Amino acid sequence: MSQTAAVEAAETPLTPESWGKTGMWLFLSGDAMSFGTLLAGYAIMRANSTNWPNPSEALGISLTAFMTFLLICSSLSMVKALDAIKHGEKEKFKKFMLMTIGGGIIFVGLQAYEWNHLIHGANLGLTENPFGAPLFGTTFYMITGFHGLHVTGGVIYLTCVLIAAGKRGYTTDCFNLVENVGLYWHFVDLVWILVFTFLYLL
Amino acid sequence: MATESHDDHQVNYISIFWWLLALTILEVFAGMPETSLQYPQALKGFLLVGMALIKAALVALYFMHLRFDRKALSFIAFIPLVLCVYVVLMVMPDF
Repeated sequence: MSQTAAVEAAETPLTPESWGKTGMWLFLSGDAMSFGTLLAGYAIMRANSTNWPNPSEALGISLTAFMTFLLICSSLSMVKALDAIKHGEKEKFKKFMLMTIGGGIIFVGLQAYEWNHLIHGANLGLTENPFGAPLFGTTFYMITGFHGLHVTGGVIYLTCVLIAAGKRGYTTDCFNLVENVGLYWHFVDLVWILVFTFLYLL
Repeated sequence: MATESHDDHQVNYISIFWWLLALTILEVFAGMPETSLQYPQALKGFLLVGMALIKAALVALYFMHLRFDRKALSFIAFIPLVLCVYVVLMVMPDF
């Protein structure tokens, strides 16, 4: 691979986009299966439970509504960062990447705060809770924990891309690198949109 | 190069953001205990799932550029949705 243009050349006619991008979509597809089966399992357990609590009352939704807002904002800053690197606007790129990373860090922090509150304040455990069905806690921690790990991984990935782009002088050559991390980050946002609806609101 | 065709489609990301925000506010309003118990739960489920799917579609189509990318990528993204519906249909009878 000798070409390092703004957009990587296609390796084969089968993948007109870069291999990295195709690979990222394949990875996200598999990851969507993980979240999909977790949510499907949650739906089945809940549908068959006679004492499933009303989540919006047991968990509270004001904090998570703000966390949703935060992730939507960080998705916006992510596309702005991609737009900036495409046009070679270094300062703008750095600013928007740092905003995205900051959004992710605050999200994880708020999730830790929420878990702490639920574990110690509301006695919501993995196998028992005062609200009703024991599986309520199991599915809640499993799904939000799995998503939280994705956000943590995303923050690390974004930081690595920012450093790597810095080493390359924030040139338009970094477009693919940023596009791929952007896809991952938007996916995490997309999953949270579904998690927020199914776990907190419904 | 194929992916450079993005340049032809200038998406107004801010307007997508406002749509996402507006739908989130509507969702919270529809789902909070004070209002959600005032109307049928089936309607609540329909409204909330509908709004969540619209939001997810907005993120995938515009932020993730699926609308402007090759159809093959949309196909890759669509497979897990089909498989998850399949999983639910297969597991449901066991309960």
